[in-house]
Amino acid sequence: MELLKKYPKLFQWLFLLIVFFALCFAIDVPETYKFIRGQAEFIKDPNQSTYILFGKEVRYYAFDNFWRLPPLLGWLPIWINDGLFFLLNEWMPMEFWDSATQEYKTRPLVLQISRNITAFMTFLIELIREILLGGVETIVAFTSWNFVSAYPWAKLPGLPWTIVAAGAAILAYKLSGKGLAIFAALVMIYISVFGQWKPSMQTLSFILVAAPLSFIFGLSLGVMAYKSKRVEKALYPILLVMQTMPQYAVLVPAMVLFGIGDHAAVIITMVVAIPPMILLTLIGLRGVSPEVIEAGKMSGCSNWQLLTEVLIPTARRDILIGVNQVIMVCFSMAVISAFIGAKGLGWNLLLALNQLNIGLALEAGLCISLIAILLDKMSLAWANKQTDYFGNLTFYQRYKNTIFFGGAVLIGAILAIFGSFFFKEGFNYLYEVPHNKGISTADFWNKGVDWIFDTFFVYIKAFNTWLITEVLQPMRALYLRMPAVATLVLVVGAGYIIGGIRSAFTVGGLTLFIALSPWWDRALVTTYMATFGVIISCTIGFIVGTLCQQNKYTTNFMLGVCDIFQTFPSFVYLIPVMMLFGVTDTSVLIAVIVYATIPATRYTIEGLRSVPAALHDAATMSGVTKLQRLFKIEFPLAFPHMMLGLNQTIVFALFMVIIGAFIGTEDLGQYILKALSDKAGGGKGLVLGICVAFIGLIFDNLIRTWVEKRKKHLGID
Amino acid sequence: MSDAVIKCESVYKIFGANAKKMLQEANGNVDAKTFQENGCIVGVNNASFEVSKGEMLVVMGLSGSGKSTLLRCISRLTDATGGKIYIEGQDLLSLKDKELIELRRNKMGMVFQSFALLPHKTVLENIAFPLQIKGIETEKSINKAMDMVKLVGLDGRENYFPRELSGGQQQRVGIARSLAVEPDIWFLDEPFSALDPLIRKEMQDEFLRLQEKLKKTIMFITHDFDEALKLADRIAIMKDGIIEQLDTPAKIVLNPATEYVKKFTEEVPREKVLIIEDVMDAPTSENLSDLKVSKDEIIENVAEKILSQEKSVGVTDENNKIVGTVHPSKIIHTVFGGRKESS
Repeated sequence: MELLKKYPKLFQWLFLLIVFFALCFAIDVPETYKFIRGQAEFIKDPNQSTYILFGKEVRYYAFDNFWRLPPLLGWLPIWINDGLFFLLNEWMPMEFWDSATQEYKTRPLVLQISRNITAFMTFLIELIREILLGGVETIVAFTSWNFVSAYPWAKLPGLPWTIVAAGAAILAYKLSGKGLAIFAALVMIYISVFGQWKPSMQTLSFILVAAPLSFIFGLSLGVMAYKSKRVEKALYPILLVMQTMPQYAVLVPAMVLFGIGDHAAVIITMVVAIPPMILLTLIGLRGVSPEVIEAGKMSGCSNWQLLTEVLIPTARRDILIGVNQVIMVCFSMAVISAFIGAKGLGWNLLLALNQLNIGLALEAGLCISLIAILLDKMSLAWANKQTDYFGNLTFYQRYKNTIFFGGAVLIGAILAIFGSFFFKEGFNYLYEVPHNKGISTADFWNKGVDWIFDTFFVYIKAFNTWLITEVLQPMRALYLRMPAVATLVLVVGAGYIIGGIRSAFTVGGLTLFIALSPWWDRALVTTYMATFGVIISCTIGFIVGTLCQQNKYTTNFMLGVCDIFQTFPSFVYLIPVMMLFGVTDTSVLIAVIVYATIPATRYTIEGLRSVPAALHDAATMSGVTKLQRLFKIEFPLAFPHMMLGLNQTIVFALFMVIIGAFIGTEDLGQYILKALSDKAGGGKGLVLGICVAFIGLIFDNLIRTWVEKRKKHLGID
Repeated sequence: MSDAVIKCESVYKIFGANAKKMLQEANGNVDAKTFQENGCIVGVNNASFEVSKGEMLVVMGLSGSGKSTLLRCISRLTDATGGKIYIEGQDLLSLKDKELIELRRNKMGMVFQSFALLPHKTVLENIAFPLQIKGIETEKSINKAMDMVKLVGLDGRENYFPRELSGGQQQRVGIARSLAVEPDIWFLDEPFSALDPLIRKEMQDEFLRLQEKLKKTIMFITHDFDEALKLADRIAIMKDGIIEQLDTPAKIVLNPATEYVKKFTEEVPREKVLIIEDVMDAPTSENLSDLKVSKDEIIENVAEKILSQEKSVGVTDENNKIVGTVHPSKIIHTVFGGRKESS
């Protein structure tokens, strides 16, 4: 009884676990149950049950309701899909002027809007692309195809790679200094010499459209949310879901609305990149001290001046993190949107992975990562730039960079023209090194992979088999063995113990949504893979983070490593693991672990760093050993912050599990991937995405509630 | 009253949803308790006073007394719930946004407790900020800001960022910024509270030196009674949103109006605050000693001389005319017996 009073929570947990396991044992696996590999609606099976709701027929395998809940939400994807279809093709037909045929045409409103957006995006992308690579589309946009075919000179020539490289270096020099300039030049030369110029510039043009647009929209919406409670309340649930929604899942509905191609990719990228930008803008603006705002007002700022001169610059630290995120998401999406036909490095990467040509994939992946790091550094430098008021600059000093760029253009152009005489046959290497005509290391890598594979095949295979049969299969079976009711009880109970009735309702509702969707089994597999990844990631991250934190240099080094790794688009992680483990679950899980270890490590370090120095000193003065201090003082105090890291780790792991569908998994991700090629995939993709997002949100809610309580208890911020 | 630069007539500031309605119903009789029961918090309660040109009014009160709220009502950073505020005869509360901005751009400057500098701008840019907001061209505003940098003694640090400066230096930037547009009215919200005692004293002296030169109309907020005594022409002591007493430092020390005010005055070394004029008696025909003192002398400075006399000492004004007398016993009384007398 004493114990019970001392640790009431402990007994609540014990009780919950007892109930959970009792339910697990009490509810038998139905004899007819098996893991279904196909989607219910495509299986013609007389054993299936059906029901009709809102005029939609839903087919499913019925089990005892304690074992698996019937998919009462099965109509939702179909309904959403039909809704999208209706909006696009039938809703609000109106007369629109068609400039191509010079007459009015009747078209549904949404279709017209989507066409206009599409045309605008396409124009922007083509403009930048043709400045970099040359072409006629931009001129066509202002004139017509006839005009272009009549006058062969009407063509944007495109910049020789030498000019672009010099321009990038000069810009980097202007923004930051020699270091970045050299880096920029090296990246550009690398890209060119290795024959990745064209796809790289395609990707770059896509990013140069998507990133600024996402930034502008995110910032404006963030400001609006800051100014108006109502806007914030309306945005909040969307922000929350989008945070944990896998990027994949947005592809499908966007494809329905905007078709395939670069423009659709830009729109999807914006959808994914804007929410974090909004959130960080909001956090930043909220953090501006009221006195600074008052100081701005007393300086006589108008509302606009207050916003642009005081609020946004003062909040720039968080806004910059937002910009950073936008750039990361853009690169990540640059690869993923290859699935809906975006051109560029992503496309090449995907193609190479599909052919299991690891060397080629590696080269494309490296290019993307290098450009990502470069843009990331440049955007940071741009935001931190200052003006010098007192340098009495000469004309030369003031316009140095412009002069140099002018010179570079001239020299580049001359070189390109010269090159056109020099390389009479074949390709003008001084203008553009064509794809596959540069130096390629692909063979080297492929041979390397082959060698590793040949040499270590036995060990890799043995490890792989051991992991799959001894660890993964049993774990997966355990997850699938949980009756739906027991899972619900476990989740709701955990919610109640951690956060009271409110939390219990929230997480219960989220779980129920997944349980009533047609994909409960799949969701369990996703969860199992994510859990496995998270456990390993956290262990590694925790140990590495703790060790590195003992020393200032290793700390900074590790944070730097995390920064760089985070810059890699998520897809790139699949390359090395496929290299070693081929197309298996092990590959996916290792990618998950590598990817999710980044936040785990980072938050461990930051958590330990956030322990106040005074406490540190106080502990040392009380004569504790280093280890005692770590366990008695630092870990307990850093724990809440580390738990936020766990939160991020889960989100990262979920993302990677879903992307892992590309390698081949049997979870929600697989269906999302399938929905891409499914005629009625829009609704399915969206609901599947929501399911994944909800898995993330369940953990998110539990962890956040716990952290807040714990922080209050410890009296930190 | 045309020379009143700032004039407040029964200013109220009440926070809460139905503040305006409740204030009307209260009919000028605001009781903080009843308001609180209805979910309203009274920030400023019936404040009426004037500040004339070149005068420094120090508003003194502990935290939560409403002193900062009062200042924000007068600078219209927050809108007063009731009452009238006139700035140079202009009805502040009826100003449109544009007019308010104009007023702030040209007439008002404000210094903040936590400095409120813009972290992304250098010292120079911070100081030039109000000028640039006004639309003054870069070169001109930078030159003007440079003058300000010199005025507050920060030359050589104009390209530093606020984070690279000490607290005292940061507040110098804050002061320079608030003075850049050459305002007539200067608001200071606990400008020295966040500074170390030594720096604080230094800044107070510097501030007095500046004011000597600039002669601004000032509202100065502080929670430090000593600071108020040192700087003020007049002091307003606030408690729970009510101005308990508004008078010259000497009169407050000599005649505290309420128990609350008295608590502050008890600890004050009077000889450092009072001048001869405050304690002198009317001129009489009795024999005076040879010594004469000016009526504006602080008691501490002349006490020793007076105490060495046996007879009353004559008090003279600027024209060397005798306007009163001080008996040595009066000095002893003031310095040592004051507390008992007033209790």
